[in-house]
This record gives sequence, C-alpha cells and structure tokens, in this order.
Amino acid sequence: MSMTAETVNKPTPADYRSGIKPIWCPGCGDYSVLLEITKALATLELRSEEVAIISGIGCSSRIPAYSSCYGFHGVHGRALPVATGLKVARPDLTVIATGGDGDGFSIGGNHFLHACRRNVNITYIVMDNQVYGMTKGQASPTTDPDWDSVLTPGGTGIRAFQPLVIALASGANFVARGFAGDPAGTTNMIIEGIRHPGFSFIQILSPCATFRPDQREWRNMVREAPVPFTNDPSRAANRIMTDDGFNIGILYRGDRPPYETGRKGTPRDIDTIAEEFSV
Amino acid sequence: MNRNQRSAKADQQSLSIAVVGSGGAGAITTGTLLLEAAAKQGCYGILTRTVGPQIRGGEAAALVRVGNAAIDCVGDGFDILLAMDWNNVDRLVAEIPLRADSLIIADPEQGKVPEAILTSGARICELPIGELAKSVSKGRPNMISLGILAELLDLQSSAVNAVLEKQLSKKGEAALQSSMETVQAGRDAASGLGKYPLPVGDAAGGKRWLITGNHASAYGALRAGIRFVAAYPITPATEVLEWLSSGLAKTGGRLVQAEDELASINMVIGASFGGIPSLTATSGPGLSLMIESLGLAVASEIPLVVIDVMRVGPSTGIATKAEQSDLNIAVYGFHGDAPHLVVAPNSVADCVSTTQWAVHLAEAMQVPIIVLTDQYLGQTKSIIDRPSKVDYKAERLTTGIPTGGYARYAITDSGVSPMAIPGTPGGQYTADGLEHSVKGTPSTKAEDHEQQMNKRQQKISNFNYGDHWADVEGTGSLAVLTWGSTTGAIREALRKLKQAGVDDIRLLSLRLITPAQPEKFTAAMTGVERVLIVEQNHSAQLWHFLRAHYELPKDAEVYNRAGPLLFRPGEIIEKIKQWRSA
Repeated sequence: MSMTAETVNKPTPADYRSGIKPIWCPGCGDYSVLLEITKALATLELRSEEVAIISGIGCSSRIPAYSSCYGFHGVHGRALPVATGLKVARPDLTVIATGGDGDGFSIGGNHFLHACRRNVNITYIVMDNQVYGMTKGQASPTTDPDWDSVLTPGGTGIRAFQPLVIALASGANFVARGFAGDPAGTTNMIIEGIRHPGFSFIQILSPCATFRPDQREWRNMVREAPVPFTNDPSRAANRIMTDDGFNIGILYRGDRPPYETGRKGTPRDIDTIAEEFSV
Repeated sequence: MNRNQRSAKADQQSLSIAVVGSGGAGAITTGTLLLEAAAKQGCYGILTRTVGPQIRGGEAAALVRVGNAAIDCVGDGFDILLAMDWNNVDRLVAEIPLRADSLIIADPEQGKVPEAILTSGARICELPIGELAKSVSKGRPNMISLGILAELLDLQSSAVNAVLEKQLSKKGEAALQSSMETVQAGRDAASGLGKYPLPVGDAAGGKRWLITGNHASAYGALRAGIRFVAAYPITPATEVLEWLSSGLAKTGGRLVQAEDELASINMVIGASFGGIPSLTATSGPGLSLMIESLGLAVASEIPLVVIDVMRVGPSTGIATKAEQSDLNIAVYGFHGDAPHLVVAPNSVADCVSTTQWAVHLAEAMQVPIIVLTDQYLGQTKSIIDRPSKVDYKAERLTTGIPTGGYARYAITDSGVSPMAIPGTPGGQYTADGLEHSVKGTPSTKAEDHEQQMNKRQQKISNFNYGDHWADVEGTGSLAVLTWGSTTGAIREALRKLKQAGVDDIRLLSLRLITPAQPEKFTAAMTGVERVLIVEQNHSAQLWHFLRAHYELPKDAEVYNRAGPLLFRPGEIIEKIKQWRSA
C-alpha cells in the first residue's frame, strides 16, 4: 500500500506496510519492531518512496519487504555498506539499515565499526535476540558464554560482544537501547535516531520465542534508564559498561558532524579534464 | 654501430632503454622524463616500471621503449642499460634481456658489473655517475643519467628542459637550474660514446596523450557517466581509484574509501540501487572477496562495474607484476547460475573505450560487468594517439511514475525491465538476493526461479554487442587467438612477419569474454584451418574457455606461460615459425 501525492494527508503506520506476510514465528519480537518502525515513519510523515530500508540476512533482515518503502535485502553482513553507498550517492533519501545481532556484529562486525567511524547520516536498527534464529539456534556474538547449543555444547565460553560501547568508542553519533515490547519508547527512539544527524545506532532487545524462550522474562527485566541521555561519550560508556544490559532509552547523543554527502565542486567538462593527458 | 642502419628495413623502429637503481634513487623519474621528452619530439613509447614490493630501497627499473609508431608491448631486447647502482639487479635480469650489441653504462664506484649482466657480451662503458652528480650543487645521479641518455638519443635540449620545468615547477628556480646543469654534465660525459638516435615519428601536434591504462580506464568510466566509486586500495589498481577521486570531484560525483572490498562492492550496489552509475576497481584478492556480492548484483539486477587489474596469483602472488590468470574467477567464480558480463581491453588506449563500453553495457542490461585489465596495461605509461570519441553512455531503463501495480522484474522481450529509482512514487520494491517473483517478492517456486533465470540470461544473450566484441585483423588460414595485454606482442609479431612476407595469419583478440559470441566467432574464423592460442597464465584458461564455448578447428595449439615475464614479439615470432612448420 503505497502513498501517492493525492492520498497524503496524515499517514498511518499501515501506509508503510506492504501486503507481504512476515515469515516470523508467533511471539517473535520483530513483529513489534516492524510496527514501531512504521509508527516512527508515520509520525515523521516521511513519504514512503523517499525512505529506503536496507538489510542483510537473518530473520529480522526480512523487514524491508514487509514495508512499503524502497528496500534492499542483500547478502549476509553487508547491510551497512549498501546503506552507506545509497546514502552517499543519494543524500536526499532517508536510509535505515536493519538486521540482527549475527548479521551486524559477527559477519558484518567490521562494517559496524567503520559505519560508526564514518558517521554517515543513516539509522541502524539491530534486533538483538542473542541467537542465530534462521539457522535454528546457534550462539551469536551477543550470546552469553554459557548458553548451550548443539554447535557449541556447554556454551561458547567466550565473552559476549558489547555493541553499544563499541558503537560509542567507534564514533556513533546517537546510541540507544530499546525493547521490542515497549512500543512507545522504541518508536520514540527510532524517530529521534532518524532525526539525529550522523550515524544513529539503536539496539532493540527483540526476544526469540522459539530458540530463546528464556527471553520471555525480558519484559520483567527491562527498565527505563535511570538518567537521561548524555552528550559525553565517556560518561555514556561508563553507564553502559556498568549496567546489566536492561536499561532502555536514548543513552547518548553526540554532535560530531556527519560524513559529508553533498556533491563537491562545480561539474567540469570531461574534455577539459582530459587535457591533463595531452603531450 | 648505428642502430638506424641495423633496422633500416623496418618501417617501424624502436629503441629500448633500461634505467636501474635502488628504489628511491630516481630511476623511475629518469625514465619518465626521458619518455616525456621523447613524446615532445614526436615519439611514441611506453614506460614499464618494474619494482619489488618495497616502498623504498628495493630494486627498481624504468623500462622505456620509444619508437616512431604506437608501441603496445615490451621489446625483444634492450639497446641501452644504464645502471646507477647494481643493488638487487639480479632480480631484474630476466626482465632486461641484453644483446652483444647493447650498451651498458655503469658507475665504477658501484662495484663490478654483475656476472648475470656480463654474459650478454654487451659493450660496457664506465662513467662516474655519482661523482659527476657531486660536481654540480645539489646534483642528483638520476639527472646525470638523464643527460647521458639525452646525449646518446639526440634528445633536443628544448624537449628535456620543457619536461624538467614541468616536473620541477613547484620546487623553484634554483632546483630547476641545478637539474639543468646536472643534465648538461651528463650530456658532456656521454659525448663520444656513439649515437642511438631516437626513432622519431610525425609531430604529435597536441594529438597524443601520455597515459597509463589505469588512468585510461578511470577516464573511460568517467566519460561514460560513472558518478559513484567505492575504493579499497590494492596494488596494482589503486591509481584507477585515485584518479577517479579527483575526477569525480570535478564532475559532481562521489568517492568513498571503504573498509574492505566486501564493503566497497556493497557500497557500489547501494549507490547503483539509488540510480547512480557506480564502479569499483581492485585486483585478484579483492575480486575474490567481492564475488558473493557480485552474485547479489546479478540476482537483484543492479548494474555496476568492477575493474580487475590482474596481478600474479594465487593469493598475494606477485602484487606488482602482470598475469592473465583471473579469467576463470571472473567468468566462473560466482555460485549458482549467474549470468553476467566480462570484457577485456587489449591495449592501454583500449582501456578508455572498453571501460566506457563496459559502463554502457552494465547500465543497459542492469547487470554487473568485470573489466579485466592487468598490471602491464594498468601501470605502463604509454604515448597514445588521442582516443577517438565513442558514444557509449550510461543509459538505464527506468520507470516513470508507474500506474497500477509495478513489477520490478516484469518479463519483457529484451529481458530488461524498467527499474524504479528510489524517490519514484509508486515504484517501491525490495531488491533481493532471494529468488523472487516478477514483483520482487521472495519466492521458492520452481516456476519463478526458471522464469527469472531465463530473464537474466536472455537479457545478456539477446543484446547486440556490435563489432566491439573482438578485434579481428588480417586474413589467412591460420589464426592466433588471444586477449588482453598479450595482444600487443602478437600484433607486433604479425606485423613483422607480414613485412617478411608471411601474410596468411589473422589475429582474433577477444574483447567480450562472456557471454560468448559463437556466431560472430564462426564468421570471423571462416577459412581458418589452424589456430594458435596465446595467453599469459599457467593453466591455459582462455584455451579451456574457448574449447567450452566455441567451435575451434581440430588443429588448435596453445602457447601459454605464467607471469610475470611478458611476451615479447620476437618470442611470438619464433613460436609462430615453429607452429607453422609443425
């Protein structure tokens, strides 16, 4: 259901949904995140043809096709480079990258660091369920070291990845943690993330009902962060490293200038440029 | 001996000069200035740099070949070898074949002439290059070397001074004066050594370019309309990216330095999805990393261009030297059935038009294309005739504002369907590496897979590639088949054979590698009874490719060799003589 100029009045979240039925399991947190993204887009009154949602591979990476925006469902781990190329080439578009913890922090981990550093004006939403769901239950970078699985019996034994503090250290300009089951709060942080210049990173705890039934408990564990966001990255890092992973809210807003996406210089004639080769 | 007498019979004459010295000694600068001065006097020529992997202090040589007509390959041997020192020169010996009538100029202070050089029996002339440089305030041995060569070659002072002025314009008048004096000291020292006059062609009249293949490819891309580049540096492709950085800034385009090749190819995909003609350049290791996402571009029908400046593989191989060994990965590297395009320019000049053509093809068919050049083409500085203007432009079939349901992957006669560019109302779709229906909706249905596979194959099979698919030259019942940079040495060999009365050999240099063009090939090969396939790789990749896709005469022989030693015309002539008499 796409909007045309005639029908734009006050868009509703439904205007940003395609008719395609998600492949997700009942109870998956990603249903809520899809709704929260569409609510944010409706609140911002963005035209769906001027928004592009870019993803890699995984359960949550299916989101682009469920929206009525332009979408790109690429290969595993590469959502951020695709989003970066699109935004740099087409700065007029609103570009949102989405995906899961395996896609973003394992196979795509290097791009995550450099996207934070580069600070292109895009919003990156990671639905973190601490598991590879599409391949049926393996440990991801954010899984606790003692979580048992067929592939890693008794747990991986290795430390869980800390995406928020890594994002801060790498230069992300906006850092937030949300919970899929908190529609108002999460919608708001997506709105603020899109509005904030530069690279906005939003980690959304999004329970996997099938492989992590223990995550049903998350709704009782999350709480609003006790203090509002800070503009001081070291203070934000300290808070993130000392909380239990369940403080939710906007945690950091920076003022680094975003990556320059405007076109440089006045276009010159190609033949004039070629004169440098002449002998 | 006067070289002109020796080769007076040939219409096309050339002279080869090697300047060697440790990296940082300035051998490459000497060679470059020599080539530029020769260009000013109306010469054609090439400069191949041969360097070790070190940034400074390793071996380095400037291999210059100048002549009175266009030159597209290294010569058979060197007329002059000038050595500023002999450090590590044994690593270069194989690339600098000398003859008994060659001249070696060496500085006695740098020790004895190495045994490997002496075996040629060439005349040795000792000149105190280092000492002469010290006789001039701030004099440098490489400027003495330039003076020596200028004297031997009869280079006009006006031409040498002009290139010095250009080279030293930022260093001030004193530096220029010092260099000119040093060059003069070199000239004085070399008087009486004999003459090796430059084979001078017609005056250039501003109609020639001095350009590398990497810059030529970059320029061709810009001319076709490339306006986004993602870049990850890699030898020997970096100059494509560096030139485009400034080229794009001058044309309103954008370049992003990526964190790796996985990122660069995906940035290109993102930008092209956004409607902007996009490109990246790399070499073998980078292409390997890009392959998965090239498959994504096939499936999602995103046009893009990857220039692969081939170097010696496998793995890191020999990063600074050429080999034609990425044909297989370019053609067959993708998983699944992934119809795409591969083209290969066959000269430095051809890098302009073939890259321009590649952009056009990619955009016209909404498909990824790999342009295979190599380190020789990419990094050889070449004096070429100004490339003629060709019309190839980036022209993509896009939708207007769709009325009714838009189907991104609609089935059409050509196989190409109108693409909606983000921003177009009503054109929203999700591009996907998953198999999909005509609307782009993910699908696991056999019928969708077959339909979309047919579409993706059909659009490149039905396209009219015109005459640019290959260069076919000459007639006769024998044919030499080749591709890429190897074409240069074969062209020269066939020209020389023709001058010697052998005119029954035609040349077919394949520019469009895939998709294969069997009908055009058969027409071009009418009357050919025997073929010789020549290529620079260890496993005869082109020969295997031709056997798989074309009807070859029964009598087909392959002459292949791994890099990095480039084919020389004399070697090809010997091979052809042996082949003819077999």
